[in-house]
Amino acid sequence: MTVRVYVPGDAGATSVGADEVARAIAQEGTRRGAALEVVRNGSRGAYWLEPLVEIMTPAGRIAYGPVGAADVPGLFAADFLKGGKHPLLLGPPDGIAWFAGQQRLTFERVGIVDPASVADYVQHGGYQGLTRALSMTGSEVVQAITTSGLRGRGGAAFPTGIKWKTVLDQNSAQKYVTCNADEGDSGTFSDRMLMEGDPFTLIEGMTIAALAVGATQGYIYLRAEYPHAHRALKTAIAAAYQAHYLGADVAGSGKRFDLEVRLGAGAYICGEETSMLESLEGKRGEVRVRPPLPAIKGLFGQPTIVNNVVTLASVPWILAHGAEAYANFGTGKSRGTLPIQLAGNIKRGGLVERAFGLTLRELLYDYGGGSASGRPIRAVQIGGPLGAYVPPSQFDAVVDYEALSAVGALLGHGGIVVFDDTVDMARMARYAMEFCAIESCGKCTPCRIGSTRGVEVIDRILAGTDGERNVQLLEELCETMVQGSLCGLGGMAPFPVQSALKYFREDFRARTQG
Amino acid sequence: MSNGRSSVGVAGTALVSKLVLLSEETRAEIDHWVAKFPPGRQRSACIAALRAAQEQNGGHLTPDLMDAIAEYLKLPPIQVYEVASFYSMFEIHPCGRHHVSICTNISCMLNGADALLAHAEKKLGIMPNESTPDGRIFLKREEECLAACNGAPMMMVDHVFHENLTPEKLERVLDELK
Repeated sequence: MTVRVYVPGDAGATSVGADEVARAIAQEGTRRGAALEVVRNGSRGAYWLEPLVEIMTPAGRIAYGPVGAADVPGLFAADFLKGGKHPLLLGPPDGIAWFAGQQRLTFERVGIVDPASVADYVQHGGYQGLTRALSMTGSEVVQAITTSGLRGRGGAAFPTGIKWKTVLDQNSAQKYVTCNADEGDSGTFSDRMLMEGDPFTLIEGMTIAALAVGATQGYIYLRAEYPHAHRALKTAIAAAYQAHYLGADVAGSGKRFDLEVRLGAGAYICGEETSMLESLEGKRGEVRVRPPLPAIKGLFGQPTIVNNVVTLASVPWILAHGAEAYANFGTGKSRGTLPIQLAGNIKRGGLVERAFGLTLRELLYDYGGGSASGRPIRAVQIGGPLGAYVPPSQFDAVVDYEALSAVGALLGHGGIVVFDDTVDMARMARYAMEFCAIESCGKCTPCRIGSTRGVEVIDRILAGTDGERNVQLLEELCETMVQGSLCGLGGMAPFPVQSALKYFREDFRARTQG
Repeated sequence: MSNGRSSVGVAGTALVSKLVLLSEETRAEIDHWVAKFPPGRQRSACIAALRAAQEQNGGHLTPDLMDAIAEYLKLPPIQVYEVASFYSMFEIHPCGRHHVSICTNISCMLNGADALLAHAEKKLGIMPNESTPDGRIFLKREEECLAACNGAPMMMVDHVFHENLTPEKLERVLDELK
């Protein structure tokens, strides 16, 4: 009997040698005359275990990791195709503590299915959401999304159902569904993992959205820096057309939906929705003034849904299992689950999907295992380069949009970057302003000029020039940028600076070296 | 940006056509992308067209190539220039064959990216945004996170990720670039 061997083809796994491992397993298998099939799955997100090799045995999947190409002959000798004992044996993946406590809804198939196979997707529960949606009216589908409590996972946390209803209510011959896959926040990689590991979930989510609001064309705006994700999406879209899940007659419904991937060209700001639309139209990625909202006048002036990858990929689960089932997860106004990404100075980094409501402390210590350096954690930055720094005194705050905003932080896209006690917070504050200055699209003054002046003011503080006065000036500048910027880039870049000033003010002193 | 550039009339009407500069492959690629958008929206293909032209030209754009794209897409040249100068993946000055971006974003910074960048600068004898005199390597400025934080520090070489870098590993990758 042919044994299925899973070796992740995810960018994170291949960069630590997964391709070589896959080749070595195929070669050694041929040499030994073993009947095996290598499947390139996505990563389950426990990156310190990659390459994580799994064998499909009659008793279920058995994992080994981290496997190097040199370990392969030894694994065959240990009869790993039957789950044999070996120093790298981890047992069933679901038994690994990191995964055991997770609540994977959106990521339920990532790392498990073959991302190139529609059949495998369907076998693992895929397209049940679409089937359900096809038996409902558009407004019923939109209502289900509203009831589920799903909010934009890109960072703004806007209720998805309200956005969809706005598009549904527009009387227009042409509407669009666009997916913002321009993930560029430092410390975030959930979009990449999902597109590489389970692209059909995104395709299904976009199809459901399109049929619900009456859109016939979809675009995925993908960063050009994600070549693995691009290949995975192209393969999956072609397979979905082949199987009639895309095209003129979606799943026999008589309804049309076409989907394309468009590549960006390197601009952080294109993660902002209106700037992304400009870029899709072939222009500079400059932010548009709102109103009008994209839901009313979006791509090519037509009503357009703009949602993040994880938002759209959460839709199939909601339809398949029911809006109430999804809303049963979570806390307060934050319903469902969030794929959280741990990175930076952390012992065990990777992806944790849990219902809203767990504490930062659980994430950092139970999942993350503390800092990689073994030194005390001094701060975490949540939600990308524009997120606030949170000190240990707030680590009992729960992961929930409102609870984090109560301590002055933002959940954003769910990335958490960890710093130990060697971090210089004034330098980090300078970095935030510098990042904004480089990535600003230049359209509005507070962002374009404010960030440049911000860097200069921090440099003066660090040089010991008029320290107190410049700290005050910096605080005023931050306030101006927050209030006066057109979009989240200039409007949020002050958050790391303000939080550093609030919690780590002692770092804002003159030093001999900046 | 005006080295050796022939004359161009108003609104993209080239006095001397530069269309001949675009290869068959580049034109086919542009046509492919134009077809994906509604009629009259050929401007949407501008980014894809620039990418194809840059690839055709070995990694950077010239003013003549940008004019050719404007002519092909029937756009005023400024609409092509302004796009090329906005996105970090377009090079509007000559540069080396292999594009090397060492990520200096937060996760990589925390794991020694600055020292790694300094090591690369010293080894290659160039600063970021410069190319080696033999035209082999272009040390690109990369400001955006590449979502490989768990393999920090990392770099991207011609769209291939290299993670968990050490000075030795960095040298090995750079030495292998021909």
